[in-house]
Amino acid sequence: MKTDSPAYTLAFTAAVCVACSLLVAGSNVLLRERQEENRRLYLQKNVLQASGLVAPGRTIPDREAREIFSQRVEPRLVDLRSGEYVRGMDPRRFDQRRARGDPAQSREAAPNPASVRRIPNVALVYLVTGEAGARQVVIPVEGLGLYGTLYGYLALERDTTTIRGLSFYENRETPGLGGEVDNPKWKALWDGRRAYDENWKPRITLVKGQAGPPQRDPYRVDAIAGATMTSNGVSRLLQFWLDEQGFGPYLRRLRERGGP
Amino acid sequence: MALLDKPRRAALLDPLLRNNPIALQMLGICSALAVTTRLDKALVMSLSLTLVAAFSSLAVSLLRRHTPSSVRIIVQLAIISSLVIVVDQVLKAYLYEISLELSVFVGLIITNCIVLGRTEGFAMQNPPLTSFIDGIGNGLGYSLVLATVGFIREFVGTGAVFGRQVLPLAGEGGWYQPNSMFLLAPAAFFIIAVMIWLLRTARPEQQERE
Repeated sequence: MKTDSPAYTLAFTAAVCVACSLLVAGSNVLLRERQEENRRLYLQKNVLQASGLVAPGRTIPDREAREIFSQRVEPRLVDLRSGEYVRGMDPRRFDQRRARGDPAQSREAAPNPASVRRIPNVALVYLVTGEAGARQVVIPVEGLGLYGTLYGYLALERDTTTIRGLSFYENRETPGLGGEVDNPKWKALWDGRRAYDENWKPRITLVKGQAGPPQRDPYRVDAIAGATMTSNGVSRLLQFWLDEQGFGPYLRRLRERGGP
Repeated sequence: MALLDKPRRAALLDPLLRNNPIALQMLGICSALAVTTRLDKALVMSLSLTLVAAFSSLAVSLLRRHTPSSVRIIVQLAIISSLVIVVDQVLKAYLYEISLELSVFVGLIITNCIVLGRTEGFAMQNPPLTSFIDGIGNGLGYSLVLATVGFIREFVGTGAVFGRQVLPLAGEGGWYQPNSMFLLAPAAFFIIAVMIWLLRTARPEQQERE
């Protein structure tokens, strides 16, 4: 058969396509389990960083991260509307991002400055036991920055307002500017700030210039230099998730019960 | 025929300095700017590109006598993109955190002119083993530039090599004031430009005639 006849060309391209798709599908099937394990571990490391069990910017071996996580962190599922824990579902198998995208497991958010469009009915939180037995709660937060959604964790002490840390595990911001949400020095500024004011309204916000030390200036954190849009996004998304549509009802329950 | 006869040795070594894909052919500049803020990122990217270039050249060369010329570019692209996806999957499985930082740039190897340039320009006319070696050679030429740029940017920009602090930072009680300009993309342009200048001074035959 001539190599430039239409029939040969069709058959040849079809064969190449089949071979290529086998290669791609095969590698995906073989490696999927490992990739999911990596992703789980990466999220766990971020929970540990937010809670301060691992200092921001410090990298620890996978085995150590797994060990600390299994000893000190308890994942729980929360019904966002009622603020109650959900029983009968396994938190280890729960994928909050998938749930948020699934119309059966999520709902539309009321219009909000953080540009959060959908809220999952059930959210995954982590109860963390700190060094001296102090309990913390780590809540997932997400919202629009400049170029895309920021995904992270916010760690609160048992009074549900003192912030222990904030760690974003995914962002699409400009490296060196908005990407500095990953900067350990900036992350360290959050420790000791307060999320809510005296009337339990979310108040934490980023400001241009320098905020004072946490004792004197508890509601403000330095914005990221050169990244106004990202900084505004961080303020808005934190306020959204601390408020009624987010974890407000859950954190109120925690306070009524005297902490996590 | 020896494993590394003359044409094969040329295919392997020429792209390093004599015919460097970035410095002489001006290919693949985009990723050379994007992933060279740190040496480890630059090396992982280099390795990925070298593997893709080598194996896609091999596959294209094996099929070269059977490929209808009307669809040869799309066949090459199908092979290259499949290999890129495989490399991306492997990175996600074994170097997860670096793969997050390389983000789209591994996927963009598909459009890296070095790979398609070598499959179309070399592998379509040459036997499989020579093409494979040519792919490795060009990957190494790319790697040489990326590693140099990555080293300079990380060293000057943060005072570190492979993430390990070498120069004590002024902010932490040392004396070194890092030059953050080196972490921005334009710095890579300047470094590559200086490398090209040095290379063309040392090898005047690479200079373009006026």
